[in-house]
Amino acid sequence: MNLTLKIWRQKNANDKGKLVDYKINDVSPDMSFLEMLDVLNEQLINKGDDPVAFDHDCREGICGMCSLYINGEAHGPDRGITTCQLHMRMFKDGDTIFIEPFRATAFPVIKDLVVDRTAFDRIQHAGGFISVNTSGNTIDANAIPINKHDADTAFEAATCIGCGACVASCKNSSAMLFVGAKVSQFALLPQGKVEATERVLNMVKQMDEEGFGNCTNTGACEVECPKGISLENIARMNREYLSASLKG
Amino acid sequence: MALDSKIPKGPIADKWTNYKNHIDLVNPANKRNIDVIVVGTGLAGGSAAATLAELGYNVKAFCFQDSPRRAHSIAAQGGINAAKNYQGDGDSTYRLFYDTVKGGDYRSREANVYRLAEVSANIIDQCVAQGVPFAREYGGLLDNRSFGGVLVSRTFYAAGQTGQQLLLGAYSAMNRQIGRGKIKMYNRHEMLDVVVVNGKARGIITRNLITGEIERHSAHAVVLGTGGYGNVFFLSTNAMGSNVTAAWKAHKRGAYFANPCYTQIHPTCIPVSGDHQSKLTLMSESLRNDGRIWVPKKMEDVLAIRNKTLKPKDIAEEDRDYYLERRYPAFGNLVPRDVASRAAKERCDAGFGINATGEAVFLDFAAAIQRYGKEQAHVKGLNENDAALVKKLGQEVIKNKYGNLFQMYEKIVDQDPYETPMMIYPAVHYTMGGIWVDYNLMTTVPGLYCIGEANFSDHGANRLGASALMQGLADGYFVLPYTIGDYLSQDIRTGKISTETPEFEEAEKNVRDRINHLINNNGTHSVDYFHKKLGKIMWNKVGMSRNAKGLNEAIIEIKALREEFWKDVKVPGTNEEFNEELAKAGRVADFLELGELFAKDALMREESCGGHFREESVEESGEQKGEAKRDDENFAFVAAWEYKGEPSEAVLHKEELEFVDIELKQRSYK
Repeated sequence: MNLTLKIWRQKNANDKGKLVDYKINDVSPDMSFLEMLDVLNEQLINKGDDPVAFDHDCREGICGMCSLYINGEAHGPDRGITTCQLHMRMFKDGDTIFIEPFRATAFPVIKDLVVDRTAFDRIQHAGGFISVNTSGNTIDANAIPINKHDADTAFEAATCIGCGACVASCKNSSAMLFVGAKVSQFALLPQGKVEATERVLNMVKQMDEEGFGNCTNTGACEVECPKGISLENIARMNREYLSASLKG
Repeated sequence: MALDSKIPKGPIADKWTNYKNHIDLVNPANKRNIDVIVVGTGLAGGSAAATLAELGYNVKAFCFQDSPRRAHSIAAQGGINAAKNYQGDGDSTYRLFYDTVKGGDYRSREANVYRLAEVSANIIDQCVAQGVPFAREYGGLLDNRSFGGVLVSRTFYAAGQTGQQLLLGAYSAMNRQIGRGKIKMYNRHEMLDVVVVNGKARGIITRNLITGEIERHSAHAVVLGTGGYGNVFFLSTNAMGSNVTAAWKAHKRGAYFANPCYTQIHPTCIPVSGDHQSKLTLMSESLRNDGRIWVPKKMEDVLAIRNKTLKPKDIAEEDRDYYLERRYPAFGNLVPRDVASRAAKERCDAGFGINATGEAVFLDFAAAIQRYGKEQAHVKGLNENDAALVKKLGQEVIKNKYGNLFQMYEKIVDQDPYETPMMIYPAVHYTMGGIWVDYNLMTTVPGLYCIGEANFSDHGANRLGASALMQGLADGYFVLPYTIGDYLSQDIRTGKISTETPEFEEAEKNVRDRINHLINNNGTHSVDYFHKKLGKIMWNKVGMSRNAKGLNEAIIEIKALREEFWKDVKVPGTNEEFNEELAKAGRVADFLELGELFAKDALMREESCGGHFREESVEESGEQKGEAKRDDENFAFVAAWEYKGEPSEAVLHKEELEFVDIELKQRSYK
């Protein structure tokens, strides 16, 4: 198929940036979206133009490095996947596709479609862990049985890949789904309960300092989340936060 | 230089304990004055960085990704082995040790593997304490599954995302130390050289991938946890950024590179679909617990399937060739990876491949869906003869176990694997070879350590499933933090290492010169053009089966391609910006050197062992006819190559492998 691409080009963080049109022909429906961009970049390089910068690494939907806001949706039109798992069979011959970076105050553009998501890391530094040293003398892994439902729910929260689609999809650029997922994972496990109070307070404080907005319960984040992280995690975080604030 | 593996004396079960009791320690006050650089933040690098920081060292950690959480360990699917014997099925430290040495086709170092098996149980305890949500049974205890090449269930898992959960555990441990200021984290930084001062590794040169800035970083020791080099094949299951550069630079600075030809070609990957393909996707080995691998027995059925006039499920049981169950009745679909891959190639070479390219076999879950469905119906007191109900219940069980893998498959191939068998084919997955290290995990450069997939040590010529995660975390959490102390105890009075020395100067200049050359080359072909060409040579002549003629040709072709690359590569843009083509160019330049050494190593090793299959070395008679033939008399050694300029001039050093606790035997899975 033949496509028109309207791609956000921005030289660096200080550049204003604009959409630039590109034509690409003979796209196979079996290509992934990023492979289509690879082909475009090969053509640009051969012509002596600057290739389009975009983040990507594992190309199997788990590292969370790829992003892209495609036709107004984080990770494009398909559901439950990242951009690297999006295939061109989702598009038709003659389509025009808008490709933009994940936009949020807390995610400044580095170049073209590449943004800086280190704000997510800093939230994790503030409390996204259980304070246990490596020793080899921790108790036996089976010493504390954990209810399967809680273990499974903690796992589901822990499958967040930290891509930032939730932030990009939210009209307030809220990071509540991301933070809620980590708070929930630990709040649901006995090991994590010990530090639950400090954790939620510290992580929420850092989240606010990074310039993420508030949650107004539109649920856009859950819809666009490639891993299907549930809104229940936000509710759980709010309960944790409330109870921590009362204690504190 | 003679290789000294520094294996401690004494009985194998006591070596590690005795060793730990006698090494030098650094007192907590002195640790504060010692800096350690860790390059790479996967399971090995991440766990090492966190643990070293907990111990009190000042750690600087580096990754080329935008966050340490993105390291490619995250993509590991199936699980992690540990000799916990929670299933009471006869597992033990010895058995895990034995399986790993046998699985590696007797080409690994006994003492290292025993230690790995010994600390494996601690890893599970540690990860659970960190909040890693492993799969559990209804009673609340941890669940296990079985992997290839073993007869027990010792694999712990978290759906098909075990690597992700373990890496996020290590990442969380790092975050705690970053928050405390004990780890200084450098994201989007690529290591481009190791700096050796007075014979000791004392720092690295990096490039900031956002600004292009070339930086000097010093430390008392340098640890590389930089992963494998499967991308030398262009197409592999590795991440796009996975590369050999850090390891290769270390090699050029004096670290011997061991067994480069030992590559794992994983049997269950999604087949190649076209020339645009940028990477291959693995379908976890855990699927072989429940999936049965087959091709049609009759050629007419093969052709009908390719023409889409026949559906796989319409082929009768008796017309299917479950070739692994046929050839290896004892292990069936759970033979080790090298064996399963060669068997798939054998069927496809014989013309029985079931897709348009002729390079695919079926992985079928219909039998498992039936079995689980009936079991569930029975448990729930429902009608076991209701076919639709049984199928539904069975599919639910399969979804619970492998849901994310099935979803991945469907998105890529556009077929529903709950209804029709998956199509799979072997692909490059893991490299057992890597930087040579001694028992302390130190390379031949004092103060330079190498851990995880980047080193050569524990998997011999073939890695068993779910052992990579085990080794990465064993090295990083439980081995390196001890052994490095023995070395650093000599450095308590050294003080800060200066970066204003001729050695740093020279290393930085080398890096800059090379970048300038690439940027100003103005050739006619992109980096990928050369990378794809290299990949084709590697896959066709240095791939799943190898012979002297092909290897000799590959050596000549790779050298010629390397020369062409340096004359004709085109890198757009400048150094002083985010420039992925420039980063890629540097990595491919190193692959073009490694590729030649790789082929040279494969040519030297005139035996078949593990993932290395030489067509000239095959059993010619008896029960094992057609199977790989190992040559213990002449090749029971580690091949460690010393850099001497061109790869063709590399000098071979042999570490003879001694088997005291395990008898060298034909590796039979029949």
